[in-house]
Amino acid sequence: MKNSKMKKEFKVIAELLPNNTRVLDVGCGDGSLMNLLKVNKNIEVRGLELDQDNVQKCIMKGLPVIQGNAETELHQFPNQSFDYVVLSQTLQAFYDPEKVLKELLRIGKSVIVSIPNFGYWKVRIKLLLFGEMPVTKTLPNTWYNTPNLHMCTIKDLFNFCYEKKIKINKVIGVNNNKTSLIKRGNLEIKNLFSKLGIFLIG
Amino acid sequence: MNSKIENIKKLSVSKPLKLDCGKTINNFPLAYETYGNLNENKDNAVLVFHALTGDQFVTGTNPITNKEGWWVTAVGPGKAIDTDKYFIICANVIGGCMGSFGPKNINPETNKPYGLDFPVITIKDMVKAQESLLEHLGIKKLLCATGGSMGGMQLLQFCSTFPDKTFSAIPIACSSSHSAQNIALNELARQAIMADPVWDKGKYCLKNLQPKNGLAVARMVGHISYLSEKGMQEKFGRKLQEKADYEFSFNADFQVESYLRHQGYAFVERFDANSILYITRAMDYFDLAKQFKGGLVKAFENQKTKFLVISFSSDWLYTSKENKDIVIALNSSGADVSYSEIVTDKGHDSFLLNEPEFLKTLKGFLDSMYEKFKNEKRI
Repeated sequence: MKNSKMKKEFKVIAELLPNNTRVLDVGCGDGSLMNLLKVNKNIEVRGLELDQDNVQKCIMKGLPVIQGNAETELHQFPNQSFDYVVLSQTLQAFYDPEKVLKELLRIGKSVIVSIPNFGYWKVRIKLLLFGEMPVTKTLPNTWYNTPNLHMCTIKDLFNFCYEKKIKINKVIGVNNNKTSLIKRGNLEIKNLFSKLGIFLIG
Repeated sequence: MNSKIENIKKLSVSKPLKLDCGKTINNFPLAYETYGNLNENKDNAVLVFHALTGDQFVTGTNPITNKEGWWVTAVGPGKAIDTDKYFIICANVIGGCMGSFGPKNINPETNKPYGLDFPVITIKDMVKAQESLLEHLGIKKLLCATGGSMGGMQLLQFCSTFPDKTFSAIPIACSSSHSAQNIALNELARQAIMADPVWDKGKYCLKNLQPKNGLAVARMVGHISYLSEKGMQEKFGRKLQEKADYEFSFNADFQVESYLRHQGYAFVERFDANSILYITRAMDYFDLAKQFKGGLVKAFENQKTKFLVISFSSDWLYTSKENKDIVIALNSSGADVSYSEIVTDKGHDSFLLNEPEFLKTLKGFLDSMYEKFKNEKRI
């Protein structure tokens, strides 16, 4: 992926991260985000990725990547061994997202989690008016082949952090190229108009 | 064969080497081979550590056996470890039988081959001996060091003992210590050799003999452990060897029997039985964590080397789990480490075979490391 075509989400995540830090990208894909962080921000990156092709792509770019399953293999990273741990749009695909989130908070001093927002208005309409499971750009799969097991809304994750006493430092809503800060006060409206939620927690 | 051995590249290591067993050796021969050219900046050197029955002849034609080099799939012009681009070095381990100091050598005190008077050596001793070769070749820092199986163990030891000697490292299908199963299989190989009456407590070399039957059985044990259950079933199944039905005898009825016999007896032509005893012993004694009082993480402290650990899904000799334990330790020590598990049915042997995913990963890593190393040197 070229920088100009870099996903808005990755740009937002990159902006949240200070230069010269140590970052673990869980589910790092082909290493696009890692490369951006390394080149632009001199960040010491590490990736964890399940897919063989993606692992190879990272290795060819000279990016350190460990092939493995985030659901079962996060235990190999020592406590607080990274300044930040990033999990991009995969929390909802785990069997036990709560356990994974706890692991991320153990490994990283802070954690950045992004989720496709099930509270986005188009998603709601699809279900409310058409009575069908929503298929959108951020949720491209149909009900029978989606990897997503635990869909949630920005509000859900917000409340989850509150209940579990996880400190929320910043929440950013993303809608195409627009971003906005989400707080308690605007949560209802942002939960309706954001396609993606990016949480900085821990 | 002996005259050919005289013509291979050898370094006489003058620096005394204190072995782990307490003895010191000096002025001993270390046979080696190189491929490609060392560039002006001396930043394209790749050291390959060979496995138990390997030797320094990595690629091309082995001048002693006239067979292909053992890693011809990975090393050569345009291959993953490209001899047009990199300068590849490989030395025969001490204890071996391809020109380096081993039990076949003449003991100056008795003017006879050492046999069992040869000192017991360790993986660390092998690695220290090879460091002298780098000095001799004028290489301060390698671009990369790699090796599979026992080669991988030597590499882990090398990185731990000489943390500044290589920019990157690719341990393949190995372990940081021999498991009970590994030791048991090696013991089986050793017992097979020692049970052969020709072996005669290692003195066969005085009579110019070789305990062929024992050594062949030892090799057969190895060959079984290098394949996976599924791979073996697919390759041989219950197929019969050039016959329509059972012979009701103990000849090699099955193809798998014929394969093992062939591999076993071909091996005795090129390998020394005492060398198998010494090298398998070195492997069994290998326990990197023990050297650091139980802490494998400590073995990799302050590592600047960039690692890529590779394992094979069907390898039951050095399992993915054992390889992952190395990754975990490297991770915990804060080292720069990548890990890839190649999915294959070919078992431990995979690293020697034409496994496209494996070779692509190897090439991708090495080439990216070369770019990094060049940049780092420039700065």
